[in-house]
Amino acid sequence: MITNMEKQAQAYEIMANNKDLNLKATELRLGLPGSESPEREVVVHGSAIKILVAGAKRGFSDAINGGYGVGLVKNGGQETDVLVTPKPALLEKKTQVSDKLNGQSSSPAPKQQVVGWPPIRSFRKNTMAVSHTKNEEKDDPKIGSGCLYVKVSMDGAPYLRKVDLEIYSCYLDLSSALEKMFSCFTIGQYGSHEVRTRDGLSETRLMDLLHGSEYVLTYEDKDGDWMLVGDVPWDMFIASCKRLRIMKSSDAIGLAPRAREKSRNCTEPNNE
Amino acid sequence: MFPEEVLEHVFSFLTSHTDRNSVSLVCKTWYEMERWCRKRVFIGNCYAVNPKVIIKRFPEVKGVELKGKPHFADFNLVPEGWGGFVWPWVVEFAKGYPWLEEIRLKRMVVSDECLEIVAKSFSKFRVLVLESCDGFSTDGLASIASHCRNLRVLDLRECEVEELSGHWLSHFPDSFTSLEVLNIACLGSEVSFSALERLVARSPKLKTLRLNRTVPLEKLSTLLQRAPQLIDFGTGSYSAEIRSDVYSSLKDAFSSCKNLKSLSGFWDVTPAYLPVVHSVCSQLTSLNLSYASTQSPELTKIRLVVLDCIEDTGLNTVSMTCKDLRELVVFPSEPFVGDAEVQLTEQGLVSVSQGCSKLQSVLYFCRQMSNSALISISKNRPNLTCFRLCIIEPTVPDYLTLEPLDVGFGSIVENCKQLTRLSMSGLLTDRVFEYIGTHAKNLDMLSIAFAGDSDLGLHHVLSGCDSLRKLEIRDCPFGDKALLANASKLEKMRSLWMSSCLVSFGACKLLGQKMPGLNVEVIDERENLNSLPEYAPVE
Repeated sequence: MITNMEKQAQAYEIMANNKDLNLKATELRLGLPGSESPEREVVVHGSAIKILVAGAKRGFSDAINGGYGVGLVKNGGQETDVLVTPKPALLEKKTQVSDKLNGQSSSPAPKQQVVGWPPIRSFRKNTMAVSHTKNEEKDDPKIGSGCLYVKVSMDGAPYLRKVDLEIYSCYLDLSSALEKMFSCFTIGQYGSHEVRTRDGLSETRLMDLLHGSEYVLTYEDKDGDWMLVGDVPWDMFIASCKRLRIMKSSDAIGLAPRAREKSRNCTEPNNE
Repeated sequence: MFPEEVLEHVFSFLTSHTDRNSVSLVCKTWYEMERWCRKRVFIGNCYAVNPKVIIKRFPEVKGVELKGKPHFADFNLVPEGWGGFVWPWVVEFAKGYPWLEEIRLKRMVVSDECLEIVAKSFSKFRVLVLESCDGFSTDGLASIASHCRNLRVLDLRECEVEELSGHWLSHFPDSFTSLEVLNIACLGSEVSFSALERLVARSPKLKTLRLNRTVPLEKLSTLLQRAPQLIDFGTGSYSAEIRSDVYSSLKDAFSSCKNLKSLSGFWDVTPAYLPVVHSVCSQLTSLNLSYASTQSPELTKIRLVVLDCIEDTGLNTVSMTCKDLRELVVFPSEPFVGDAEVQLTEQGLVSVSQGCSKLQSVLYFCRQMSNSALISISKNRPNLTCFRLCIIEPTVPDYLTLEPLDVGFGSIVENCKQLTRLSMSGLLTDRVFEYIGTHAKNLDMLSIAFAGDSDLGLHHVLSGCDSLRKLEIRDCPFGDKALLANASKLEKMRSLWMSSCLVSFGACKLLGQKMPGLNVEVIDERENLNSLPEYAPVE
């Protein structure tokens, strides 16, 4: 027992002294058999930046920026879902800076969502939100109750995510964010070869999937019914959405007509 | 050899738990003597020991302090129902400590049944402090009020209480006059004001009164007039129409409080009413304006808690006027908005570090930081003991150089040799952990998020920080190697939290097997945890 520890410690010493830590060899991986951690070409504002992304795996690889850890993909669950990679936030910030230097205007990076960050107690969040609605003269739609977390699941993905609907202002923002969150799963399924042969599609893969025949985005409303996302005005959607599900189109075929029927049969006065 | 009576007398001067623990290790005689005269026991992790063991070892205890959930539970990282239930403790205390006087709990789940047992089991019960606790309702509070005839302290700090009625206060009998501390600031609903007023009026020893938000400003003077002896006062909602009669009676009421040292509350501030407080400013040591989203006037104090609305200019004023400042806390007014409108940057903190020579403790939320600022702060204030910096966006680099903030935080640990608590943020590589392991020899608690590159980082911390007892890590690429290589270190610590890192299930199992003195818990809400392959990472 102690010997094992000592051996480990010794091995670690050697590793620590060796500057070129061969991380790839010791990566922890959880993934579909036979699939490698793919490389993605991310094209941002005309300059191609290569980042290494761990797909559905907790792979961990050296990246261009030196010790650039990526891919803290989280598992599913009830209240403790933690979202997404902080590192892409860095990437986007860096590209924003370089774009500004180049004189280009960059669109603001979609806000990365993280549970429990910044580390502020919830009673404080709620208090500030309420006092803002009292003190403010103009109505800032961003400051609502502070957060409106709903779970997002995707058929075939091992983990659930959570998104704060309050921070988006339209369906497009929401779907871009979801695409970023879940694209790693779809790429994982297709494997590295296929991704490389398709030009510049890695980012838009899920978009294609969402808009194409593969997946549809649905939500469960307050009545417990599953509806197609996009049918109702955004404000109405966030008021009634309890959870989201990215489901295979084949499963949704029965759903769509019902969703449309429901909105046809909707008895809300302002719809008549 | 001293006779026992002498030793016992000497031990009675030892109040620190660390000292008492050390004393009990000297020899068997001292162990025995110490255990019989220990009056207060502190259990930092309620799962570290069985209550029966405590009661058997320390039969004469009068006060107990317990902590439950890990710190990161404050930020919703611990699932509901995880634990921290005080029930088993209370049940044992009711049997083993009938003369118990004080219970202090932090981050524990307390049920109404627990409160009822407490109320009915301890005839000498005097002090109840519940910090960040939940699980109880105003019915539980009513039990305490009804039965604790000698209660001196009822202190609810940031608890989540199910508020069924505001009448629980009326359960304090008319004959009850011993109250010294009443803190109900965390309650959201109205409490019966007449019951409150009568209670305050018949509590001549009341020193601390912290009201909740529902008590209107107009009623403050009534309460203050009844309790001019107050040392610590928390207002309710500090907003009202501007009326000169309200203003002047409030001003008079504050002036008559000659002993006031601490002010808090100030929800929804109407700025016109703030000057009323000026008469007591010079005597204040602590001012908490963290609910007041307006710029605060300059006030002298030792402890200042504000929102970032104070801005760099406000902090500059603080640096020039608050020469006795020991602790600065700046919370963000809009934590979820990307670009803030408030002009609060690293500059504010640098100014305060320059001007306030007694500054020891900092909790600072901001949106940008630089290595040079951190280096300045560390050189200005080598006497810092607690430095907690939260840059709101994760992994943000030095905004001037775009470098990681390794060197800046490195400077903090190198220059501030008495640092016992550190929380870091921003872009950080393994290098910062090398600095920490090398220099932070007095560090007791370290909080890390979104930092580091590899196990080397964790290894530096675990192998280098000699005094480290609490380590909490989230979203860092630390895995099995450093953890297992430093397993023996873990036994010397109180707790280690790792979430969203790269620790595998196999390593957790191994750690639990090889280190039987450790409590290893895996929280992972996937099903079939036991069927996961060994290399599968856990949450």
